[in-house]
Amino acid sequence: MTAIRLSSGGVIDRTRPLSFSFDGLSLGGFAGDTLASALLANDVMLVGRSFKLHRPRGLFGAGYDDPGSMVERLGPRPATNQLATTTMLEEGGVYRSVSTWPSARRDVGAVVQLFARLLPAGFYYKTFMWPTWHLFEPFIRGAAGLGRVPGVDAWEPVGESRFGSCDLLVVGAGPAGLAAALVAGRSGASVILVDDGAAPGGRLPGDGGDPEGWTSACWRELATLPKVRLLPAATAWGYHEHNLVSVLERAPRGAPGLDLRNWKIRARQVIVAAGAFERPIPFADSDRPGVMLASAVRTWLGRFAVRPGGQAVVFTNNASAYGTALALADAGAAVTLVDARTEPEPQAVAALASAGVTLARASLVTKAHGRSRVEAVDVIDDGGQVRRLPCDLVAVSGGWNPAFHLASQTRQARSIWHDELATFVADHGPASFRLAGAARAEFEPVSCALDGALAAGEALATLGLRAHAFETPHLSEPFVARRVEPVWFVPPRRKADKVFVDLAGDVTTDDVGLALREGFDSMELLKRYTTAGMGVDQGKSGNVNVIGIVGALTGATTQTVGTTTFRPPFVPVEFGAIAGQRNKARLYPWRHTPLTDWHIARGAVMYEAGLRWQRPGYYPLPGENWSAAAAREARAVRQAAGVYDGTPLGKFQLKGRDVPRLLDLLYISDFSKLGPRRGKYGVMLSDDGLIMDDGVVFRLDEQRWLLHSSTGAADRVHQHIEQVLQVHHPEWQVSLIPVTSQWANATLCGPMAREVLAALQPDFDITREALPFMGMAEGMIGDIPVRLFRVSWTGEASFELNTPARHAAALWDKIMAAGAAFGITPVGSEANHILRVEAGYISTGHEVDGTSDAFDLGLGPLVSRTKPDFIGKRSMELRRRVDPERFELVGLLPTEPSRRVPEGAPITPAGDRVDQEGFVSACVSSVVHDRIIALGLLRNGRSRMGETVHARVRDEVIPMTVVDPVFHDADRARVKS
Amino acid sequence: MLMLACPWCGERPEGEFICLGEAVRPRPLDPSALGDAEWAAYVSDRRNIRGRHDERWWHVRGCNTIFTIGRDTVTHQVFAGTQDEAAP
Amino acid sequence: MIGPDPEAMQRYSFFSLARNALSQHEGWQRAWRSPPLKPDYDVVIVGAGGHGLSTAYHLAKEHGVSNVAVIEKGWLGGGNTARNTHTIRSNYLRDVSIRFHDVSVKLYEQLSRELNYNILFSQRSMIDLIQSWGKMRDLRRRSLAMALHGPAYQLITVDELKRRIPAMGDLSDVRLPPLGGMLHPEGAMARHDAVAWSYARAADARGVEIHQHTEVTGFTFAANGAVTGVETNRGVVRAGKVALATAGNTSHVIAKAGLNLPLVTRNLQAFVSEPVKPIIDVIVNCPDVGLYVMQSDKGELVIGGGTDPIPSYRQGCHFATFEDVVASLVELFPRFRNLKMLRQWGGAIEFAYDASPIISATDIPGLHVSTGWYGGFKSIPVGGLTYAHLIATGQPHPLAGSFGLDRFRGLRFLLEAGTVAQR
Repeated sequence: MTAIRLSSGGVIDRTRPLSFSFDGLSLGGFAGDTLASALLANDVMLVGRSFKLHRPRGLFGAGYDDPGSMVERLGPRPATNQLATTTMLEEGGVYRSVSTWPSARRDVGAVVQLFARLLPAGFYYKTFMWPTWHLFEPFIRGAAGLGRVPGVDAWEPVGESRFGSCDLLVVGAGPAGLAAALVAGRSGASVILVDDGAAPGGRLPGDGGDPEGWTSACWRELATLPKVRLLPAATAWGYHEHNLVSVLERAPRGAPGLDLRNWKIRARQVIVAAGAFERPIPFADSDRPGVMLASAVRTWLGRFAVRPGGQAVVFTNNASAYGTALALADAGAAVTLVDARTEPEPQAVAALASAGVTLARASLVTKAHGRSRVEAVDVIDDGGQVRRLPCDLVAVSGGWNPAFHLASQTRQARSIWHDELATFVADHGPASFRLAGAARAEFEPVSCALDGALAAGEALATLGLRAHAFETPHLSEPFVARRVEPVWFVPPRRKADKVFVDLAGDVTTDDVGLALREGFDSMELLKRYTTAGMGVDQGKSGNVNVIGIVGALTGATTQTVGTTTFRPPFVPVEFGAIAGQRNKARLYPWRHTPLTDWHIARGAVMYEAGLRWQRPGYYPLPGENWSAAAAREARAVRQAAGVYDGTPLGKFQLKGRDVPRLLDLLYISDFSKLGPRRGKYGVMLSDDGLIMDDGVVFRLDEQRWLLHSSTGAADRVHQHIEQVLQVHHPEWQVSLIPVTSQWANATLCGPMAREVLAALQPDFDITREALPFMGMAEGMIGDIPVRLFRVSWTGEASFELNTPARHAAALWDKIMAAGAAFGITPVGSEANHILRVEAGYISTGHEVDGTSDAFDLGLGPLVSRTKPDFIGKRSMELRRRVDPERFELVGLLPTEPSRRVPEGAPITPAGDRVDQEGFVSACVSSVVHDRIIALGLLRNGRSRMGETVHARVRDEVIPMTVVDPVFHDADRARVKS
Repeated sequence: MLMLACPWCGERPEGEFICLGEAVRPRPLDPSALGDAEWAAYVSDRRNIRGRHDERWWHVRGCNTIFTIGRDTVTHQVFAGTQDEAAP
Repeated sequence: MIGPDPEAMQRYSFFSLARNALSQHEGWQRAWRSPPLKPDYDVVIVGAGGHGLSTAYHLAKEHGVSNVAVIEKGWLGGGNTARNTHTIRSNYLRDVSIRFHDVSVKLYEQLSRELNYNILFSQRSMIDLIQSWGKMRDLRRRSLAMALHGPAYQLITVDELKRRIPAMGDLSDVRLPPLGGMLHPEGAMARHDAVAWSYARAADARGVEIHQHTEVTGFTFAANGAVTGVETNRGVVRAGKVALATAGNTSHVIAKAGLNLPLVTRNLQAFVSEPVKPIIDVIVNCPDVGLYVMQSDKGELVIGGGTDPIPSYRQGCHFATFEDVVASLVELFPRFRNLKMLRQWGGAIEFAYDASPIISATDIPGLHVSTGWYGGFKSIPVGGLTYAHLIATGQPHPLAGSFGLDRFRGLRFLLEAGTVAQR
């Protein structure tokens, strides 16, 4: 019982005690504690079990580099996989170690350790094949995974996504970052400073390196600068192209109720001063609780006033851990320092001596003893003498790895081996991106500050700003890693002892050796085979050691072994933060016509009509299902009058000298001779000769044309035409304006439609002579301006009444009032579908499925015989020449008149289970024929009229007769009436 | 998300644009003058360069201009002007 | 020729594992050799990913062609084989595509035992969520076409959806509420790296040589224009036939031979969550919103979406696309707001003009290409089987007769409906 809370020091607030529970133990901490520091203060060393072997594990790092202290947070705000070292302690918090049962201390799963020998790297690739993997998989799945996902009704964090922009983004508020932000802020640049610590300063405050309070002075000054924004408790987690940096801010200030905010910050210049991670020296059983990074011990002492042990061994290969040893001694611990180097820095040795710390040079810790916490270590000296040192804490430092993850994510920086520091550093990234301080392997605090100031100066120069003066601060840290003698691991003295090099994935040096023996000899292969670096810390604690071990075992240099790519995110990021407020209506905003409210009030079931437009599907009366409603609506159109909301139809206004040439290029038919106030149906191909869209073009007057596209194709058609105009024919004089939502459209259709129109009392002539099929008119209905087109998609006389959107509701009301006497019926897309199939009109998504050309769909007569060229002509001709066998549009009548055929049903020879010779594209219950009718595409279909073909619907064969695809108004007399 | 320099509007975020892909040459004025193989290649073949290529962007949520820029398809670094222009 | 003996390949089993445990696992042999590079081979396959290695395996196994080098610019299995979301399925529309992928699924089912390597093949079934009537129509058509050829694709109700995917939230309240789903029982996943390793080991045992860190810098040609070998960073290697299996980089490599193909390369990103206890049993795909999600054996949720909207070899994260995918994810699974993304990556996938694969000879005699996989992990076994057949016999395999480059000459595209927008 030797981890204790010190009576003074640290950033914790001793006046605000907090109570919490962990694995059923009731414990206490203080405001300012992380869960990890509070656990340590309560002498709870064993906090979890390892991922694969369920070995007891303790706290190893004090931040994001801790590879294994995952807990579940229970209670009213449950959350899974919370890292104890980054979870701020809350009053009443209830925490539980993950993947243990019943607790981390008495974990039943620990039995798997007995079989550890059978479970080397990749063991699952070699077994579980008989009889099938599926038999074993549930057990593996159940055993894998960390925390449980909170239940369906559980609390969810509230997230927000937000943009930011600045001249300079500084990542990290240690000495380098603070200096950079201060220089830039004083110089008048707009600055965002992001820091993920609980308080600014990086390692400075915890390490006691800031005796004069420079950190807080900087922070205070920055807070007063108008163009500087400080984002504490925020982690830059991703670098994306062109200096877009994503930053996760936790519990943002001034935003009550908001748990997470994901910033997307676009910066003209970026300085990353993210510091460095200490790495361990793995030795036999160095994964036991109580073995920690030296920097973590220093953090517990300095920041949280927790002394994690009373009898400590510090094991290092560099000077930085000397500071830890002194801090431990200062806190009253008995300390032995084991230095792998023969000649440590003299002033460091002297400092130890005066603090009463025992020093063992040229020595290595070879093994930890104890199970649920370390009880002793074996130390070997260069003479080969081994002695056992009792201890309750081991602080390890194997050197420092600069945190250049964001530089690596730029894809323009390579990692380079630095021999003296025995670590990787990054070379230059993009021109507007800089590393500073420890992230650039500059470990001395004053140098870090100067480096940050210098980086800011360079960044400001590119922005055309002059750097403000910067005074060298008084910071102290006598013990930094200037000379590191690489010790990647200490080979175990007994073969059976395990050295864990990646704690998150339970990877041992034996696993690395096995992978190399089996040929997984490049870092990426080895990583994937052993899972080293794939765990929850993504290699922050063990990756460089693995690289070093591979080098040691293969004789390759560390540079040639190479590092793996750092991928985003730098730290795990909640999906709730990324999604932000984009849910429900904000996820996909609907497009509404001005009549949506009317449709819904009328009981319409709304459909998506393409491009997120909402349209009525059908308007059921009480007791009606969709098919009854659709049949009633369709019958009304055939027998009296219907009206539908055609607003979503794509509309483009064209103007200019060269519109006729444009239309002739876009459409398969001749358009140049289209006279004013006349319309023409057209089919548009892509240049690969396949149908892109169809629609009607009206020439409004001498100067203006209105082009219609189908609803879902509007964006594609717009893009297509703009490309023709701007890329292929920039010399043409045409202006194109999309006007889809400017104009609402109410289409009257049916034999009584003209009577309804007359009852509306338009101020223009609506006689057949004045307003023939494909004619148009403009005028007023009462005080509503309308533009009327004679087009039909129903097989009945139709009048498309277009009006500026603001008049739509009034026009619609007038139509319903005037039409009441004629039994006018609002019509949805289901009825539209019946009507168009009866009339044999093609539809996108049914017959037009992206694979047909104009001839296939019976539109051959529309193809101009005189135009030398139109888009798609060359390809259509080429393809038809080499492949004359085409799927052609036909009508289909099931032999059994009431037999509905599913749309999409394949047609095969004799209905056998063989390759398709066509398919049923649409099938409806016809209101004019009172039977099932269908359209389909059939190989050489036009020459097979009268033949019986067979749809194959799973086990059923449905015979159908091939007929003409027009079932109603074949002579178009009704349409033209 | 890229930042793209529209010739009219200056640097704007990618969300305002639609990428029209590789800058294939303008459509031949007389397709019938091309042989079948040449025409088929025009329709479907792409250079698909790994590295700097020329591509078209449409400032659809802006000034509506379609313009061509260079972009490295590996690093996403963008370059003003096309390679043809850059050539001596 | 005295061929190598595949029977001599070290057997993997529980017993061999136990036996080796006694000797501290010192007795395991190299999974594949690292031989010196010879000056010539019968066949050089460029690209040691799943397709290249599977092709080499089938060349040796079915055609007795084992004087084969698979050369790889990086590390074995390090291209798209390492960068996909390990899904295997056969839900296609066109007859040839259904048959082709159905064979692939069947080969996958037997692969662990055939190659004596557990690829962790797990037929968990896949469900395509239907969130629009248009998609309902498309997928029903696909379902009925598949019923002609074997693989199952059955419409299930929303209640059945909820039963099979209990992790979803209240579906009545979401944007685009599901109308049903299509259940594809053949849908499976496997450990992607292991697929490459298993083929590498089996091909190596049959005499195939694998040469990593060997990058093609050019080709050599005979006077008649036929390809005679490849130039590499390690020198010229002669070959009777050269076969590209360089997914993502095919345009780049084949440009060195002066050819242009109907290909575009785009980035397809994916990401995983931190590992959690089992929460999703099936593979969930939501084509209406561009989202798929499944859970790996390790416990990570594996999540992906649509391709980036620009040509790209970057293999990274297009942030807007990423946000769309995540927003769609938490709309259907609100409880996942609480989970955290652990790792993110991208694959450079290439797709042909018609989004169907290309397994083909080229205009250059002796030079073959297998490309356009648009996510080809699912096709690795059958892709190798059919490509090997083409290389060895000069004739397309009956399953892959429609996948030749000649189709583009006549603009006779092999279009899967629903891929229209990709053109």
